[in-house]
Amino acid sequence: MAAPETSTAAVPTLYTNNTLRNAFGGVLSFFILLLIGVMAFSIRLFSVIKYESVIHEFDPYFNYRVTQFLAKNGIYEFWNWFDDRTWYPLGRVIGGTVYPGLTLTAGTIWWLLNSLNIPLSVETVCVFTAPIFSAFASWATYLLTKEVKGTGAGLTAAALLAMVPSYISRSVAGSYDNEAVAIFALIFTFYLYIKTLNTGSLFYATLNSISYFYMVCSWGGYTFIINLIPMHVLLCIVTGRFSSRLYIAYAPLVVLGTLLAALVPVVGFNAVMTSEHFASFLVFIIIHVVAFVYYIKGILSPKMFKVAVTLVVSVGLAVCCAVIAVLIALVASSPTKGWSGRSLSLLDPTYASKYIPIIASVSEHQPPTWPSYFMDINVLAFLVPAGIIACFLPLSDASSFVVLYIATSVYFSGVMVRLMLVLAPAACITSGIALSQAFDVFTGSIKFQLSGASSNTEVDAAETSSSTAESQTDAVKTEKPEETAKNRPSRKSKKKEREHGEKPSTKAKAEKKRLLALPLESSVISLLLLVLLGAFYVVHCVWAAAEAYSAPSIVLTSRSHDGLHVFDDFREAYAWLRHNTDVDDKVASWWDYGYQTTAMANRTVIVDNNTWNNTHIATVGTAMSSPERAAWEIFHSLDVKYVLVVFGGLVGYPSDDINKFLWMVRIGGGVFPHIKEPDYLRDGQYRIDSQATPTMLNCLMYKLSYYRFVETDGKGFDRVRQTEIGKKYFKLTHFEEAFTTHHWMVRIYKLKPPKNRIRGKTKKSKSKTSSTTSSPKRGGTKKKNPWQ
Amino acid sequence: MKSFRFCFLMLTIAILASPALSDLVLSKVDRRVENAGPEKESLVLLAFPEQQAKNMAYLMATPHEGKGKVKNPVVALPVEAANPKDMPAALTFYSVSLPKGLAEGDSFTFDVLAVFTHALRPIPEQITQADIQLVLYQDSAHYLSPYAVKVQSLSVKLPDSRIESYTKLENTKIHGSEIKYGPYENLPSFSYSPIAVHFESNLPFAVAQELVREIEISHWGNVQVTEHYKLIHGGAQSKGEFSRLDFLARPNVRGASAFRYLVANLPPRAHSVYYRDEIGNISTSHLRGDSKKTELLIEPRYPMFGGWRTAFTIGYGLPLQDFLYESDGKRFLNITFSSPMVELVIDALIVKVVLPEGSSDISVAASFPVEQWQETKISHLDIDGRPVVVLKKTNVVPQHNQFFQVYYHFSQLSMLREPLMLISGFFFFFVACIVYMHADISISKSSASYLAKQQWEEVQAVIQQVQNIISRCLTTHDNLEASLRDLSRTGNIQACKAARKAADGLLKELSKELKPLLTFLQSSPSAAQVLPKVEELVAKERELQEKVMVKHSTVVDGYEKKLGARDIENRVALQQQKLTALRQEVDDLLEFIDEI
Repeated sequence: MAAPETSTAAVPTLYTNNTLRNAFGGVLSFFILLLIGVMAFSIRLFSVIKYESVIHEFDPYFNYRVTQFLAKNGIYEFWNWFDDRTWYPLGRVIGGTVYPGLTLTAGTIWWLLNSLNIPLSVETVCVFTAPIFSAFASWATYLLTKEVKGTGAGLTAAALLAMVPSYISRSVAGSYDNEAVAIFALIFTFYLYIKTLNTGSLFYATLNSISYFYMVCSWGGYTFIINLIPMHVLLCIVTGRFSSRLYIAYAPLVVLGTLLAALVPVVGFNAVMTSEHFASFLVFIIIHVVAFVYYIKGILSPKMFKVAVTLVVSVGLAVCCAVIAVLIALVASSPTKGWSGRSLSLLDPTYASKYIPIIASVSEHQPPTWPSYFMDINVLAFLVPAGIIACFLPLSDASSFVVLYIATSVYFSGVMVRLMLVLAPAACITSGIALSQAFDVFTGSIKFQLSGASSNTEVDAAETSSSTAESQTDAVKTEKPEETAKNRPSRKSKKKEREHGEKPSTKAKAEKKRLLALPLESSVISLLLLVLLGAFYVVHCVWAAAEAYSAPSIVLTSRSHDGLHVFDDFREAYAWLRHNTDVDDKVASWWDYGYQTTAMANRTVIVDNNTWNNTHIATVGTAMSSPERAAWEIFHSLDVKYVLVVFGGLVGYPSDDINKFLWMVRIGGGVFPHIKEPDYLRDGQYRIDSQATPTMLNCLMYKLSYYRFVETDGKGFDRVRQTEIGKKYFKLTHFEEAFTTHHWMVRIYKLKPPKNRIRGKTKKSKSKTSSTTSSPKRGGTKKKNPWQ
Repeated sequence: MKSFRFCFLMLTIAILASPALSDLVLSKVDRRVENAGPEKESLVLLAFPEQQAKNMAYLMATPHEGKGKVKNPVVALPVEAANPKDMPAALTFYSVSLPKGLAEGDSFTFDVLAVFTHALRPIPEQITQADIQLVLYQDSAHYLSPYAVKVQSLSVKLPDSRIESYTKLENTKIHGSEIKYGPYENLPSFSYSPIAVHFESNLPFAVAQELVREIEISHWGNVQVTEHYKLIHGGAQSKGEFSRLDFLARPNVRGASAFRYLVANLPPRAHSVYYRDEIGNISTSHLRGDSKKTELLIEPRYPMFGGWRTAFTIGYGLPLQDFLYESDGKRFLNITFSSPMVELVIDALIVKVVLPEGSSDISVAASFPVEQWQETKISHLDIDGRPVVVLKKTNVVPQHNQFFQVYYHFSQLSMLREPLMLISGFFFFFVACIVYMHADISISKSSASYLAKQQWEEVQAVIQQVQNIISRCLTTHDNLEASLRDLSRTGNIQACKAARKAADGLLKELSKELKPLLTFLQSSPSAAQVLPKVEELVAKERELQEKVMVKHSTVVDGYEKKLGARDIENRVALQQQKLTALRQEVDDLLEFIDEI
């Protein structure tokens, strides 16, 4: 600790002290970053500690299965993988329809560890991929914010991002989904863009394209990048901020990035053919025109330039009109205007509910409610406006990008609750800036007030060196030994700083601008309030991570007076299917459970969460909403042996198939018009009690869910719907119960073989079914029953 | 054939010991051998029909101990498969060597224990959930033997008193759950009288079709046992619906043939027990432990009905000192061979003993024949892998759960291999980092960007120096101010003047020092960006310096002229304002340059 002592005592050592100060600052921020990374990782481990190291939810199971395949068969087999276990009988080309970033990342980690003779299972690697990448994401946030507003803001933003609930919800250990790595890729791409913009280095521009490539590999959300960056470029051009740095930041990204994106099989020619990418090309043309204009301006005299402008503008307008006309014609010729359904529902929030029920049926595609904002970004919602203001003081290229980012992501998060995830980093960055600036102002004014007061009142020999010492110590973030004499006032301020500056980013700069100085009391109180706000945020985040977002959703627990109950019914059912059915049996269920069935039970499914074929899903939906016999025929035509339904009525598990049933009706009815939604509703109300419509009470879903349910309590009281069921005693004629889990949450039925049917009955119902199922039969021989 | 001259006095008790064992038939035979021939005989042949021989898992002969005696550790008589001539081909023979040859008229009594698996056949083969499970047992009421039998009886013990049917012969009695045939006297050799017993058995028919046990020794103090089970209910196949409702409501009626749980008796002090399958942890298990044993009760994910399968893994750690011993410079592992599960029949058992890396001289001692070979397994941070001894045995029953030994050589030093590897790995990593930080690895030393970077670094150093000088100037100003305050307090004009003189000298020196730095900055092209700011800074500082001097002189003058303090203050007030403003500007500039 010799160095700090000399710093106050001897003037000649100032130079070394300054470098030392920087070094200490660097080391300190390095360790703070390290701790932020550790925190980001460990806050996501609640799910492993409270439950177990297991893959969560639905989509992660598919990713896990793909990773297993990759680890077992290698990369070339992976690209050519045709999966015949799903979408029976169509199958799915996995290699060409999946975003491979996540799988390749986890596969690479697994391969690396195994080649170092650390034999971790693929599952372990998959479970911990998301927490590792959230640590990376918080570091990327630090880099990005540092480029925008300096180290202090960077550290604050990184700390905020490390524990923002919205991001935690998608990246707890076991949540092995694309978003886990994509958010890191998103932030890192933005960082490299800003870095290129600030430095004008082609090196960073190339890195930026590669990072963009990784993002394209990882998530469909890459279209956000390729639209946001052009928007920013356009903004810069319009506000007269065009520079060669901007050109270098943008042009290589479009050229290299598009080329690289087209390499990803799932994107392919979409990278140049869909409307999502048009904005980037348009801006690409504009930036060239602008660059050309600037060039011409440089070599021509002002008078000549004016002439040239009129010439170019007239010609250019004509060309532009022609190009735009061609583009519009091209776009208009395609029915969806060249936009994918999900993107369209972003632009027009009502689009999905009007035309594509399958997108609307997913709960994460719904618009969020106000409480979900508070739940997911908490106090950041209040800090964001302050951060936006801070970005305008002064407005640089980088800070204008942040403003644009937050503005667009707020809009998108308002359309789809899932895109809250894109909002989270933006909110963290702006709040980080806001907090850091606020701390700067408050600590600065406290220091100013203290030093000002002391110089007025205290007349002290020690005072002489105080201001010098202060100017040094102010920025020093290290633990300076306080024994060093003669700098009492600065010590005081430092103490304050440490007391309130729990956020590691309160790099206090000696901002002694008179105008900005606030009264001492108010700044102390404001600091306290800010710290309180931060503490509230931390408490909320830890609660969210521990309680709200750590449940794996395949294992449910409930707490009652006699301890913890575990509902492990899903895995019970999948394990039963895996071990006690034939390896080639087909299992039909609503698409939600497709991924889990293929991954956990290793059985062929008809539809799964990929939802690429609406007709196929509608077929299953139709079967579920049809009476038993018609359903049997549909299933039999699909070679289905088992039907799986999820039923929560016994234990009160709300997201079961009866509650999802209306979507099955809607999606089925969208393709097969003989299924009509009003048939299932009584006076516009969806009910399953004695008031329910006969269509409802006779449909397959109702029967499979409530088969022999009444015998459990004698009344048939459904705990989810809080009502007694309408039709209590019935027998199944075409299905038989094969397995029901312990809490009845999953019920598996087996299709009875066709020969069991009674001849006479067939004749009678044939005429009925043929009239009702006439429209689906148009599709082909699919629903033809060979036994008729 | 001389053997035929033997005459036997035998008491045969065949026990269907289903109470203890599911798919097992335990046959215990008590026999007294009497040599009726003239020659000395030391081998006794045991005959089994083909069907039984195929299912026989275990055969042991022990000399008979009288009743009431304390059971000494009985020495088993050696039993070998025999292939005597002139015997019917449909029979399989085993020969028991007697401890000493039997002379004519001598007799010897010994017990034979044979265990058969899969000898009970479910009839009907398919049952519904509500049905009870009936099984059929077939045997011979007469003891099948190449020798003549003097006296013999057979009793069949059943698990339950409910008997569907049984073959009625002469002398058949039934007591509760026990059926007794005989005694029969003076039977000729190879006499055979088939019987069949059809009875209810709802005992768990748990069969492990394959069990892989992996025993991994770590000399850091742990023996890790991992057991992978593939289990099937070997009884009557279930057919028709499975109704959870019925099963939950009346588990003993609607689901009598199913088994819900298994019990494993783990060694004492077993720790870190887990129970899972390929899709995750199975939460239905209970662990009870005391100093004698650790009892693990596991429930499969679903109740096991006839023909249903499941697969799971259990694992546990054991303290090393309980199982690893040393003798003659060799270490040996002494651990049980088979599964800790009670009532489990294993079709194929593979035991893998993973020894630490660097073990040599490996040998195995087991009390029954096993197939064995060696493999290597590469685990955490291994270089050439750990030697693995693989033992394989089919048809394993609980009687096989005996201790076996694996002997090997292992040097204590090999334990340090992996920690040392890690340490050196990190060491070299840090060294590489240090080298990277200190080495200049630019490819082209003459490239423009490299030169620019170097120049920029120089410029930064110079600016740093300039800043230092400026801040020293500011310190000097502060000193002057302080001297003024001193003056107002003490009125010591001389001291104040002295301070002024010292400050003047210092400032002059500093401005001298500043000159070459500024000229360097002006000449350097990469400093063009910062230069105006630096120059502004210097100019402002100079202005500030002048103002301070003027103020100082004014104040000192005032004191010399003995003006009132208020008067002086009025004079200086304007200057003071300017000073503060200037000072602020200089500070701002300093900070701005600092950020560059």
